[in-house]
Amino acid sequence: MIDIVLLSLLVVIAIAIIRMKDLFAVVMLTGIYGLLSASFFVAMDAVDVAFTEAAVGAGISTLLMLVVITMTGRKEKSTRHKPLSALFVVMLTGGLLIYGTLDMPYFGSADAPIHKHTSPRYINDSMEEIGIPNIVTSVLASYRAFDTFGEVVVIFTAGIGVLTLLCVARSQKNDEEIDSINDSMHQQHLVIRIVAKMLIPFIFLFALYVQFHGDFGPGGGFQAGVIFASAIILYAMLFGLSTARKVINQTFVQVIAALGVLLYGSVGIVSLMNGGNFLDYNVLSSNPIAGQHLGILLIEWGVGCTVASVMVVIFFNFAGRRAFQQHKKQAQDKESSAC
Amino acid sequence: MDIIITICSGFLLLVGSFLCISGGIGLLRFPDFYTRMHAVGVTDTLGAGMILVGLMMLSTDFLVFAKLVMVLLFTLLIGPTTSHVLAKAAFHNGVRPKDSNNLEQSKEKENTSSIL
Amino acid sequence: MLIGLFNDWIVVVLMMIGLYIVIAHGNLIKKLIGLTIFQTSVFIFYISMAKIDGGTAPILADGITQYSNPLPHVLILTAIVVGIATTALGLSLVVRIKESYNSIEEEEIQQQDNDEQLSTNKAEENA
Repeated sequence: MIDIVLLSLLVVIAIAIIRMKDLFAVVMLTGIYGLLSASFFVAMDAVDVAFTEAAVGAGISTLLMLVVITMTGRKEKSTRHKPLSALFVVMLTGGLLIYGTLDMPYFGSADAPIHKHTSPRYINDSMEEIGIPNIVTSVLASYRAFDTFGEVVVIFTAGIGVLTLLCVARSQKNDEEIDSINDSMHQQHLVIRIVAKMLIPFIFLFALYVQFHGDFGPGGGFQAGVIFASAIILYAMLFGLSTARKVINQTFVQVIAALGVLLYGSVGIVSLMNGGNFLDYNVLSSNPIAGQHLGILLIEWGVGCTVASVMVVIFFNFAGRRAFQQHKKQAQDKESSAC
Repeated sequence: MDIIITICSGFLLLVGSFLCISGGIGLLRFPDFYTRMHAVGVTDTLGAGMILVGLMMLSTDFLVFAKLVMVLLFTLLIGPTTSHVLAKAAFHNGVRPKDSNNLEQSKEKENTSSIL
Repeated sequence: MLIGLFNDWIVVVLMMIGLYIVIAHGNLIKKLIGLTIFQTSVFIFYISMAKIDGGTAPILADGITQYSNPLPHVLILTAIVVGIATTALGLSLVVRIKESYNSIEEEEIQQQDNDEQLSTNKAEENA
């Protein structure tokens, strides 16, 4: 019942997103959309997915879009021509897709084809073969580890892409000016800064709990990485980018991102060296189950490192670009007033 | 003993839910930003707090109890802070509370504009 | 009976809303948000396929016999994080487009490109 209510709310919010012209409101609505879909995933028993969606959809993606809006302007211009052809295409495609769903198995039926193949093996045998209770983690990190390796490389590549597109060479003079702005701002955000200072250690602690408890409950490297990054981003937002860059060196974070992927790949190479297949953890230790535990721990650690540092690098570059643009604008204003 | 705990927690859950609903209605019905924020603050701290305390009384497992205490502590810490930051941001951006003078002024304005 | 396909229909509706935003809106950030909605509808499709009536979350525990299907959960879990990484890449492209065209509206960018094309053509003819 609750899932029907949540889905209807999702549709209402999606329609509101179409109608709104103020991009700030649209971004806030996408945050609500992410949180609602996370609640829907909890209702569908997908606790790991809900965890990730709550951290990513409602947290980091909203934040990144807000940073971009401050650079590009928050008003959407209305188009003059009526989008009737677009409406026609969408209606046609939607109608065909709905016709296609008529052959789908009903929601929640246990004899649907998807439940007949491969998943019974995961559910029945994973305890003997992998030895950890959370089936999602054992499939993610052991049965389909090669797949996950690909995903981690995609995330790493996206991080490099953002770095190449937005990287700004920083001069020392820039930093000092930003510092002086920060000092004057310091009095203004006193309450939230103190509360955030109290909370950030707990967020780090929670991220580590999620990282290492992923074998037994919902959690794992992806979620932990996003939570870890969100704590650093919170710090960077409240205390200014230059302060955050002094605390966490960006070059160091970039190296960590690469090291995470390297750690993941090395586990595969070591298992090849020990005479098994790529990412076959059984050969990592004399006892296959202990080998599985060791392999999953290592690759989850690699995933966590890569995801956290790529998220931090992405945020630092967006915020750095924004500071660079503001600085350039100020310099231009000064020149024009001098003329 | 059991029945007393059940009744107490049921009462707390009921009061908490009532406060949440009234906060929601207040958010829709109150006239300006600051009074609306007050409604949200009630939902955030007292409504959620009541519900959490009610659930704590029902929990038999120590781990569940500890987790609920943690959630309660964090909501008590974060809820007022967000309200404070919201109010500060609104005031900084020039949203002023509606008082009776302002109301009269705006009414006068409406009148003059309708005359014009 | 009818409610059995409700999730699929909602997925189709959300997907078409996302597609409509991508086609009909000229603002590049709005287009990216449309893509996000499209993406989330696919997530909802996978996750609602995995649900079994009376099943619980796929974490092994004593006394539970029916679990929901863990495989779609794994696929979507990684897809969400990959999705945010690619969205960030798209947003950084939008930032660069804003810097060089001073606009993120599709029509204005097209207009500027056309003007530039025309002026270069004229310059070539004159030469």
